[in-house]
Amino acid sequence: MSEEIKWTKESDMPLMAMSMGRMTVNKTGSWRNLRPVVDKDKCNKCGICWKFCPDVSIKMDAEDYPVVDLEYCKGCGICATECPKDAITMVKES
Amino acid sequence: MLEIRFHGRGGQGTVVASKALAFAVAREGRYVQTFPEYGVERRGAPVVAFTRIDDEPIYIRSKIYEPDHLVVLEPTLIGAIDVTEGLKPGGWIIINSEKKAADFPQFKGFKVATFDATSVAVKYRLGSAAAPIVNTAILGALSKITGFVGIDAVREAVHEISPVKKDENVKAAEEAYETAVREQEQP
Amino acid sequence: MQKVIMGNHALSWGALLSRAEVIAAYPITPQTEVVELLSNMCADGDLDAQFIKVESEHSAMAASMGASAAGARTFTATSAQGLALMHEVLHWATGARLPIVMGNINRAMAPPWTIWTEQTDSISERDTGWLQIYTSSIQEIMDSVIQAYKVAEQVYLPVMVVLDSFVLSHTNENCDIPDQSKVDAYLPKFENAYKLDVAKPAAYGGLTGPDWYYELRYKIQKDTERSLDLFEETGKEFGEMFGRPYGLVETYKLDDAEIVLVTSASIASTARPVIDQLREEGHKAGLVRIRVFRPFPSDLLRKLLQGRKKVLVIDRNISFGMSGAFYEETKAALYNEKSAPPMWGYIAGLGGRDVPVDVIKETFLETIKEDHPEGDIIWIGVKK
Ligand code: SF4
Ligand code: SF4
Repeated sequence: MSEEIKWTKESDMPLMAMSMGRMTVNKTGSWRNLRPVVDKDKCNKCGICWKFCPDVSIKMDAEDYPVVDLEYCKGCGICATECPKDAITMVKES
Repeated sequence: MLEIRFHGRGGQGTVVASKALAFAVAREGRYVQTFPEYGVERRGAPVVAFTRIDDEPIYIRSKIYEPDHLVVLEPTLIGAIDVTEGLKPGGWIIINSEKKAADFPQFKGFKVATFDATSVAVKYRLGSAAAPIVNTAILGALSKITGFVGIDAVREAVHEISPVKKDENVKAAEEAYETAVREQEQP
Repeated sequence: MQKVIMGNHALSWGALLSRAEVIAAYPITPQTEVVELLSNMCADGDLDAQFIKVESEHSAMAASMGASAAGARTFTATSAQGLALMHEVLHWATGARLPIVMGNINRAMAPPWTIWTEQTDSISERDTGWLQIYTSSIQEIMDSVIQAYKVAEQVYLPVMVVLDSFVLSHTNENCDIPDQSKVDAYLPKFENAYKLDVAKPAAYGGLTGPDWYYELRYKIQKDTERSLDLFEETGKEFGEMFGRPYGLVETYKLDDAEIVLVTSASIASTARPVIDQLREEGHKAGLVRIRVFRPFPSDLLRKLLQGRKKVLVIDRNISFGMSGAFYEETKAALYNEKSAPPMWGYIAGLGGRDVPVDVIKETFLETIKEDHPEGDIIWIGVKK
């Protein structure tokens, strides 16, 4: 993995906007105030939540159930809205 | 500087004739510039092309309005358009025609030479019998009649520029050179 | 090797000698032969390049950007409406700092449909950050492509090599095609320090707020200014290696000139015999041909033009509501000088109207007759 490029003045910058806000650095999990929780009993493993997550924060596990990556999940709730089985509930972060 | 204007019809190889002359002249170590009358070329439509020749680099980049000499690849253009427009007095008019120079009394004041390039082109099957490509033959004749460029350079240029039938094109140029007659001046 | 070639093929030869690795282009009259010859060169194995067929000029530039971002030396060519269709991605190529070289055949903009020469297409792109070279001979077209890469790859900016439709693109002329080994020595293989690299993943062109966008623009301007010296240096070096030096401008009989014509491209070439004629008639006439229009050589023009009695500019382009671009910018460059000469701005040759010796001479004689220019545009030869 490449290191983060940081600068405080023009002469240290790369020539073009390069790796500004790169995702290895930009951990969007800190934005979250609601957390998606999957109810495996309701889930039919369709993968719609995986497809719709705008931050690619859902992975399907070995049994094909969705797992949320909380480092990057920003709590937008799109997965919960799109789930056809109402298997995802958004719960308040404490 | 020599300025030559070519007249023909789309499909006869008029632009290539001007280019082949340029190729030949360049082979003799001189400067050339050649270009067509820019337009959308269509088969059968009148086509004009220009060649400039000089011992010095050529800077002028406009059309040629007062050519020193003319090459007319298509005799039916004579009368249909004013081929001699701007032609300098005493300039050569080389016409692809089976007629004699004396048959062109309208060109008084110019040096006229005719050569039947169509027959040579048909003989070597250049283009089709209905639409023969006469440019390489007329170039051989031009070399003989005017001496603007040597036949050796013409031979090489024709070989270089012909996309197909290279040998036949070279033979057409050679035959034209051998049979063209220089003395047909002053109608 | 001495050859007689057309201007369009001079672009192709320039790309071949520069060892372009990717070519993505869409054909348009009068540029078609550039692409034809390059695709032949690729098919015959003379040029070891990937030839990408695309469905529009916008795609041609987009594909060129991808190739260039991956580190490949990239070439494309277009004209007029095709260039206009690229407009959005032209800005992108500059902002992404991609050293692409593109040939642009100056063709007038439609409507009405036209294929003849005028510079308004490339002048309309003068604010995209592309460096622009306006050529005036077949030899210079080929040589300029090679130099363009040499400059582009040092400043990470794209370069447009510009030539007149037909008057240069379809004119055949003597051209010296140098040995590949010599060109390789002049233009070594390019290692792009910013190229896409799977071993070093990074995001390019991502959202950048007002905190740093300003600095990125500053950097483009600074590198564009740096290219002024680079054009001079690489042009001089080209001269030492190939016997044909180039610079930001070309001058002719300028030393003692009192009345100076500033112009570009093929008009500047035809102007040389006009200067000779005027000199024979007792006028102290001289010529400045602006070769590099972006960056605009303002400093150099100040040096060359201040203190002259009169300056006239012939533009084969028009910025409606203002004037010709070469006039406008030359005048702007001189504005703060105490000894700025009065300047006449002629518009000629739009839509491919021929600009022969007589027309250029007429602009001189008009300028000589007058004490002071009236207005910013003088039309020459409008059929009234
Ligand atoms: S809440 Fe939003 S970011 Fe988090 S997993 Fe669901 S869709 Fe992805
Ligand atoms: S969308 Fe709902 S049902 Fe489908 S995989 Fe995701 S949680 Fe399970």
